[in-house]
Amino acid sequence: MKPLDILRFALRAVTAYPLRTALMLLAMSIGVAAVVMLTALGDGARQYVVNEFNALGSNLLIVLPGRSETRGVNPANFFTETPRDLSIGDADAMHRVAGVVRVAPMVAGTSEVAFGGKLREAMVVGTAHDYLALRRFQLAQGQFLPDEEGQRNAAVAVLGSKLRSELAGSEPVIGRMVRIGDRRYRVIGVLAPTGNAMGMAVDEMAYIPTEQAFALFNTSTLVRIFIETRDRAAIEATRTRVVNTLKARHDGEEDVTTITQDAVLGTFDKILSAITFGVAGIAAISLGVAGILVMNVMLVAVTQRTPEIGLLKALGASGAVIRLAFLTEAVLLSLGGAIVGVALGQLGAWGLRLAYPVLPAYPPYWAVAAGLGTAMLTGVLFGFLPARRAAGLHVVDALGRR
Amino acid sequence: MALIELASIERRFTLGDSVVHALRGVNISIEAGEYVAVIGPSGSGKSTLLNLLGLLDRADAGTYRLDGRDTTGLSPDEQAAMRSRHIGFVFQSFHLVPRLTAAENIALPMVLAGIDAAERKRSVQKALAAFGLADRAHHRPNELSGGQRQRVAIARATVMQPAVLLCDEPTGNLDRHTGQEVTHLLESLNANGVTLIVVTHDPAMAERARRQIRMEDGAVLSDSASSVGVAG
Repeated sequence: MKPLDILRFALRAVTAYPLRTALMLLAMSIGVAAVVMLTALGDGARQYVVNEFNALGSNLLIVLPGRSETRGVNPANFFTETPRDLSIGDADAMHRVAGVVRVAPMVAGTSEVAFGGKLREAMVVGTAHDYLALRRFQLAQGQFLPDEEGQRNAAVAVLGSKLRSELAGSEPVIGRMVRIGDRRYRVIGVLAPTGNAMGMAVDEMAYIPTEQAFALFNTSTLVRIFIETRDRAAIEATRTRVVNTLKARHDGEEDVTTITQDAVLGTFDKILSAITFGVAGIAAISLGVAGILVMNVMLVAVTQRTPEIGLLKALGASGAVIRLAFLTEAVLLSLGGAIVGVALGQLGAWGLRLAYPVLPAYPPYWAVAAGLGTAMLTGVLFGFLPARRAAGLHVVDALGRR
Repeated sequence: MALIELASIERRFTLGDSVVHALRGVNISIEAGEYVAVIGPSGSGKSTLLNLLGLLDRADAGTYRLDGRDTTGLSPDEQAAMRSRHIGFVFQSFHLVPRLTAAENIALPMVLAGIDAAERKRSVQKALAAFGLADRAHHRPNELSGGQRQRVAIARATVMQPAVLLCDEPTGNLDRHTGQEVTHLLESLNANGVTLIVVTHDPAMAERARRQIRMEDGAVLSDSASSVGVAG
């Protein structure tokens, strides 16, 4: 029997029992759709986090006050308990470290922001000119905080796009005064919408010069120093120099923590990939269940079609041909279900993207391939026993001639 | 040399503890082109004989030569290959595949033998025309009358042009008139050279055959050709 004829014969058998085939397709497609959709969700979450980090810029070094690593006894431990704060002087010192391209200090707090007749609470960030380029933000109007000598401390503010629209609506804001806390600032720029970055609502913030923020929040400590290094390869060497410089400035004590985006990103990537694999595995269980269904359906088919098997044998079909015909039928059922499942899964992923636009919920290619492959393998694996049973039937018994 | 030669054929079945001798010491020789009726009461072994002749079953002892070839040691797959080329079957209950059309049912032996589609189509067209089924080619068995179904089955049995046509009660499920039509059809095939072996209960049909083999208790009771002499 020619392969094409076997395929056609199996196809006729599949289409001859529409209800059975439809139910089988449904069972298999649910399994495959689950794999496709859940991996789309998992991978979408991973992509989302990766994008968030990439939005920060890829050769970023972040310095936090305080030490989070465990270490042995150090003479310094006996004299100091709390770490020193990061000061504006520390940030300025960073400019002189080799390999550093941009430095932006950061002070943050919440305050009332009032413009015209409107008033709201907003996050206020004190920083410097380089912050814009360092965070890859774009300006919609005007300019960012000034960098000219003598202007760095000016009473000016830059507004996030959402903050601007909520306070001023469609009115022009550039050059007008905004009140933050008990101080007045001239608006010199508006940021373009950026969405979320690192889970912070950037669009709802106001930006003022560092010293202005110190005065506003009555403090003199930085919560972060953002450092951009020359390139990705320079991150590690620069980090060492940055830490050494700060250590020297802090009486020989290493009381800062540095975060590189690579390390954080790598960790998140690993965790989320593991979760994606995990949910794919759970979804694959339903494929196993569908496989058992295939087996059951095929066993029933063998029983139902016993006289037919006898006839085929009487007409000269070898055991191998019968086995192949039934195996093909099982694989067609599984594969058909898998294809419907991939379509359903893609539809589901599309629905997810519609419901959560920030989540790039596209099923990864490996998941689609694995779904299809597993379904086919299931068909072969669970179709084998029924096919063997069909092939092993004695022709006289099968024909009912004894 | 005879087309079919059975010598000292034994076939036993074990039913629980007891052993049933379905065939004992059967010697039959059939020449090419003969028209033979196998008759006898039920349980006489005539169906078992037909299974053996059709290579559906194997003897426990004795030899069966078909077309000069000893079939005794053949594996099931080798038997299948031989059936495909040498033997056509016509069953009482037609045994058509319900989901396939008349034309597809007729083509089935050729499909199984791996004959290519163009040649298949030619042979099937010829068979459909020869058996008066041209306008029924795309009907499924459940859309056909009993007589038409049996004609499809006969067309299928002969599409590979086998030397032997084995019929098990070919008219058993048909009314008298249709039965006669089918009988005439089979006889015309025989007239064209096909060896026709019919197992039947119907004395009228048996009478029409040129040779009657009467079975009882698994043995040949009488053979109208034995007077002519059976070749060993």
